[in-house]
Amino acid sequence: MTTATYAGHDVEVDGEGFLEDPSEWTREMAPEIARDAGIETLSAEHWKVVDFMRAQYAEKGTGPTVRVLGKTSGVAIKELYELFPKGPAKTAARIAGIPKPRGCI
Amino acid sequence: MANRIVVLGGGTAGTLVANRLRRRLGREEAEIVVVDEDDRHVYQPGLLFVPFGLAHVDDLVRPRHAQLHTGVDLVERAVESVDLAAREVRLAGGSVLAYDVLVVATGAVLQPEETDGLTGPGWMERVFTFYDPAGAAALADAIAAFERGRIVVSVVDMPIKCPVAPLEFCFLADWYLRRRKIRDAVDLVFVTPLDGAFTKPVCNHELNGLLREKGVEVVTEFSTGTVDGPGGRLVSYDGREVAFDLAVVVPLHGGAKYVERSPGLGDELGFVTVDEHTLQSRSHPEVFAIGDAAGIPTSKAGSVAHFAGEVLVENVVQVLAGAEPTASFDGHTNCFIESGFNKALLIDFNYETEPLRGHFPSAVGLPLLRESRLNHLGKLAFEWLYWHVLLPGHDIPGVGTAMPERGKSIPERGRPRERVG
Repeated sequence: MTTATYAGHDVEVDGEGFLEDPSEWTREMAPEIARDAGIETLSAEHWKVVDFMRAQYAEKGTGPTVRVLGKTSGVAIKELYELFPKGPAKTAARIAGIPKPRGCI
Repeated sequence: MANRIVVLGGGTAGTLVANRLRRRLGREEAEIVVVDEDDRHVYQPGLLFVPFGLAHVDDLVRPRHAQLHTGVDLVERAVESVDLAAREVRLAGGSVLAYDVLVVATGAVLQPEETDGLTGPGWMERVFTFYDPAGAAALADAIAAFERGRIVVSVVDMPIKCPVAPLEFCFLADWYLRRRKIRDAVDLVFVTPLDGAFTKPVCNHELNGLLREKGVEVVTEFSTGTVDGPGGRLVSYDGREVAFDLAVVVPLHGGAKYVERSPGLGDELGFVTVDEHTLQSRSHPEVFAIGDAAGIPTSKAGSVAHFAGEVLVENVVQVLAGAEPTASFDGHTNCFIESGFNKALLIDFNYETEPLRGHFPSAVGLPLLRESRLNHLGKLAFEWLYWHVLLPGHDIPGVGTAMPERGKSIPERGRPRERVG
């Protein structure tokens, strides 16, 4: 476990940069996490997905997979990959401060 | 008046649950009705062997009604929708079946049409799936005629039935091609959306090692967006390509179609949302789901349905008696992984404990997470157990519902929490 500093706060992150405690996340941290994840600026479209991830996590306790994102977020899978080239569900979850979505076993 | 329990689906889960319920409840207590659209019960684990000529589809199919105990009625009809508020199942043709308890056990369906190009030109010619009987049989012919080139085994996305089956396919293909003395002329490639062969660390390490040993190339984190049959390539959403001469694709899975037509019943993918421990719907206490149809964080595998069966039956009985369900499923899963050359591995795990080394079901038993001939014999013996012990709803002697810990090398930190109930 390592510590990262986002928006002036020290937070614990795992080996892949996911926040250990989603409740520590603030909106101000998102652009800085995004830069660490290789996304220079968060557009309104990025935010739409990030907010959706947060809402799904609050409701279900887990972030959606890419396939569910494509079906429910209002952003098509092709577009999701344009926004988050390294994997939409994973990257958006990291920026949203929630745990890495586990596809099923 | 007797209660009516309606079980949707006469596959592995539906059959074993109906039979267990029939033994548990007298006829004066409950009428039990199973609904399925046909009378063909397929032994699905056998499909893996069909492409290599080791099994034939006809031998894997038996009538559904013959697997159901006396006193369980089979209605051969497709389901149109479920009306949760009215507690009614609407059947194709317009008839309506009211229920006191509903058990959804309609499994997972293949959705190859959801992937761009998959069912287009080349489908069933150079692009196949072995996940249904017709595909497995057609693939057998294609593989028998295959002489040289690239065979690509691809999982489009999770969840899928039996997540180890695509790996087993690679292992068996390696064995089969060696036996035909053409292994050197064929590249075997495994393509997965996951970041490794399996999601759990110890098992992932073991299976990645086996793939490497057998010379199977592994392409990870590949989300297949398009299958180009004529061009012989898979294209991922992030623009990567994998070329193939023969593609063996595990298509997207979803719940049965009627789930979408039944407001409040399922999730985005059509799986039925239930509590992972009680298997009961959170919004409708008289509704349960089991097997591949259930939206719980287990593998979609027959062993899960078997181990969950006892829990579900207990909870249905409690709900009929007006009580809260107290039986709790631990996510117990047990899979043989055929690795070729008459060997297999066995894995055994649950929600909290990943597959580990050791022996099953106790210190004296089948070796876990290690290739052995004994496990291969276990896999073969399982077909008999399936028809004669699992489906009738009996326990396998010596193998309980909860995952056994004795015999396993459990690291201190990984030791599961005590569970009450």
